[in-house]
Amino acid sequence: MTDKTRPFHQMRWNEPIIYQKSVPGQRGILIPEVEDEIRTLVGDGISSIPDTVRRRDLPNLPEMGQPQVVRHFNHLSQENLGADSNIDIGQGTCTMKHSPKINEIFARSPKLADLHPLQDTSTVQGILEIFFRVGELFREISGLDCCSLQPGGGTHGVLALASIVKAWHRDRGEDEKRDEVITTLFSHPADAAVPKVKGYKVIILPPDEEGQPDLDAFKSAVSDRTAAIFFTNPEDTGIFNSRIREFTDLAHEFGALCCYDQANANGLLGIARAREAGFDISFFNLHKTFSSPHGCGGPATGLVMADRRLAGYLPVPVVKRHEDSGLYYLDWNLPKSCGKVKEFFGVAPVVVRAYAWIMALGADGLEEASRTAVLNNNYFMKKMLQIRGCSLSYPNHPARIEQARYSWEKMKDDTGFGTGDVQRRIADFGTHYWASHEPWVIPEPFTIEPSESYSKEDIDEYLDIMARISRECYEDPETIRNAPHNSTVHHIDHDYFDDPGKWAITWREYNRKYDGYFNRR
Amino acid sequence: MKRLGLIVNPIAGMGGSVGLKGTDGDDVLRQAIALGASPRAPLRASEALEALGLHKDGIKIFAFSGDMGASVSEGAGFRTVLLKDGGEGRRTSADDTIMAARLMEESGVDLILFAGGDGTARDIYAALETRVPVIGIPAGVKIHSPVFARNPLMAGKLAGLFLFGPPMGTRELEVMDIDEGSFRSGSVRASLFGYLLVPFERRHLQAGKSAGGKNEMVEIDGVVREVSGRMLPEKLYLVGPGSTTAAVMRHLGCEGTLLGIDAIRNGRTVGKDLSEKEILRMIEPGNTGLIITVIGGQGFILGRGNQQISPEVLRAIGKKNIIIIATPSKLGSLVGKALFVDTGDRSLDRDLCGYMRIVTGLGEETIFRVDR
Repeated sequence: MTDKTRPFHQMRWNEPIIYQKSVPGQRGILIPEVEDEIRTLVGDGISSIPDTVRRRDLPNLPEMGQPQVVRHFNHLSQENLGADSNIDIGQGTCTMKHSPKINEIFARSPKLADLHPLQDTSTVQGILEIFFRVGELFREISGLDCCSLQPGGGTHGVLALASIVKAWHRDRGEDEKRDEVITTLFSHPADAAVPKVKGYKVIILPPDEEGQPDLDAFKSAVSDRTAAIFFTNPEDTGIFNSRIREFTDLAHEFGALCCYDQANANGLLGIARAREAGFDISFFNLHKTFSSPHGCGGPATGLVMADRRLAGYLPVPVVKRHEDSGLYYLDWNLPKSCGKVKEFFGVAPVVVRAYAWIMALGADGLEEASRTAVLNNNYFMKKMLQIRGCSLSYPNHPARIEQARYSWEKMKDDTGFGTGDVQRRIADFGTHYWASHEPWVIPEPFTIEPSESYSKEDIDEYLDIMARISRECYEDPETIRNAPHNSTVHHIDHDYFDDPGKWAITWREYNRKYDGYFNRR
Repeated sequence: MKRLGLIVNPIAGMGGSVGLKGTDGDDVLRQAIALGASPRAPLRASEALEALGLHKDGIKIFAFSGDMGASVSEGAGFRTVLLKDGGEGRRTSADDTIMAARLMEESGVDLILFAGGDGTARDIYAALETRVPVIGIPAGVKIHSPVFARNPLMAGKLAGLFLFGPPMGTRELEVMDIDEGSFRSGSVRASLFGYLLVPFERRHLQAGKSAGGKNEMVEIDGVVREVSGRMLPEKLYLVGPGSTTAAVMRHLGCEGTLLGIDAIRNGRTVGKDLSEKEILRMIEPGNTGLIITVIGGQGFILGRGNQQISPEVLRAIGKKNIIIIATPSKLGSLVGKALFVDTGDRSLDRDLCGYMRIVTGLGEETIFRVDR
């Protein structure tokens, strides 16, 4: 087999912060003077803004010409990695996949882009129909009954679930008694963090020796104080909890609701559903499994599906269809609703892309996507485990669904190089990988999720990179020690990320803390 | 030029090879030599220095002469500064280790590497507490303290990273030791003797998913707030040894001890470094809380380092009044495994077994199986 790794060098611009490039007086666009006729009619315009909301100083914006701005942002993009420029299988748990370009054209079409969420519903029947139909599709995908598209992201989806749980128990007069939520250690950290925000005490279940949530620990934890369980399945390790029904049944015996984090459902479409696993509510990330781009924390969608008993507790408004007229409308009349988790009723471009993706694939296509993702993962796993120094988390449980968490523990013992070193070196090949949520439970971890978008050739190239880095760790330590050699930046002082006294995520904060190039004030 | 202290306890580990379970005390050492034991600590220290070979030109090693360090350091080709005559051929003792550590601190070393066992770690603690970062090269018979690297090679590599790599943090890790006498007769009773400052190879933060970079200080803050929020007025609380429990005392503004059992009521210290008898006199059965943490790397919550909390004390307090606290970072690799109790009373140990909740953050508990 020939080594598929190839020479690569990332752009290195040493690009300053845009504020540092500001030159007083420079302008990107010169706006024409107001004509006399308009001035006579409107006045100066600014004085018509109420005094209380009118700012007194000019905003502190960088002053630059247009070509300098364009060049600046192009440089930044060249110093970056993206789903369209690297074999993005290393961002495990994130379900990176290709977003078909045609869906971008739908999302950017003026037919969609020119809509406003405050328009009268009679003028936006088309987009409401798409929202409604997406809900219908997810009834099939999840087995549950009613839908909310309001949450603007995955963690936002958890917030909607926790809010519904709260509203449900409040309605039953049990809110005060039920103050605990149970989750598992390898569920997404949001499943623990968000219920805390809603005032719950969160109990975390450890995995057993097989890497599955410990059922006996669960039995000791569940009680009439349990408001809900928040489970991810399969978990971050790629292990599917095949006894999930025993957990949900027991939770129901104690009157708790069962919430399912299906942010990543990429191994289960058409194969296993929330309903049969005994869940009452679930959420899906349209920007993961359903191909809409992740958007870097920008608008996304954590679509919520709920059992019909919970229909009245959904966030308002809910998109519905009149039986008689066939017209779509926004139903605000849910007196027991958990309220709102976000403005309006959903992020339309994300929903449209996901709708187009689902419709293009059809039911069989969705299942095939999942089966291909699982196949890709198992192919990758088989090859990865032949690489020196690598092992699988919970090796007693060899079966994985759509992703797997690995460990470089042996390599660390043998050579002193661990996952952080591989991460530095892999930047020299124009790709990356993600280790694990913190704190690490698996030593020297990394998590790989080769979804259905990636070809065998893609996966082989990535494997060759991993094999080469492992070889270097054992045989050529100098290369690893000084990596990355060909990336935008070299070593980074992490204190600037995790020391509140040092970090500065805005220019204003930077200026408060520093003078010149990181000189402390 | 970095300054590295090197302390080799030349007799450490000699008892092990001849089945003596330790080398504390002159008699045992004589016995070990009679049985044919030979020094192994200098060899282990050489292995660690080998891993530092790359940085040879950037390091000045401070050491006592001979087997206490200099012969190893010179043998590996490092620039060596002699602090004192280590006494070639003389039998070294704990006092030598303590003096070496103190002189190194005065010389302003950046880091001390020491080869030995738990006994050596105790001596270093006696000399330095947490003022100078140290790394243990495991060379002794008893290695219960997590201040030791897993093997000499890793000790050397960690030292190299700490001295020459990107900025690295440090953390306080336990100095544990067992009483060799009882170990020889078959029972293991490790105690907590203190904490040493050890370089901590911080995990690289990940973009996005772990934004915020929670460090252990933040975690301790969450745990401490949770547990102090749960304290009831007028109730007596016993606070066990450890750095996490000490943080509870600090948060409440109470004076306490790092290694002893302290008592508080209404946010005020009412007893410090209490003995078992004093504890028994103070507690109100069924209405006294006990706050303890996981001690050492093996996951003991009772019976290691907190033996003052005797079976009698525990019976009077009752299982439901025990609050176990720990940070997720500290639990780290213990997650999914059991925590242990060894109170010396088997039937009590059995009662304490099962699943227990550990306070691991603000509004957060993690379930652990407790075993014996």
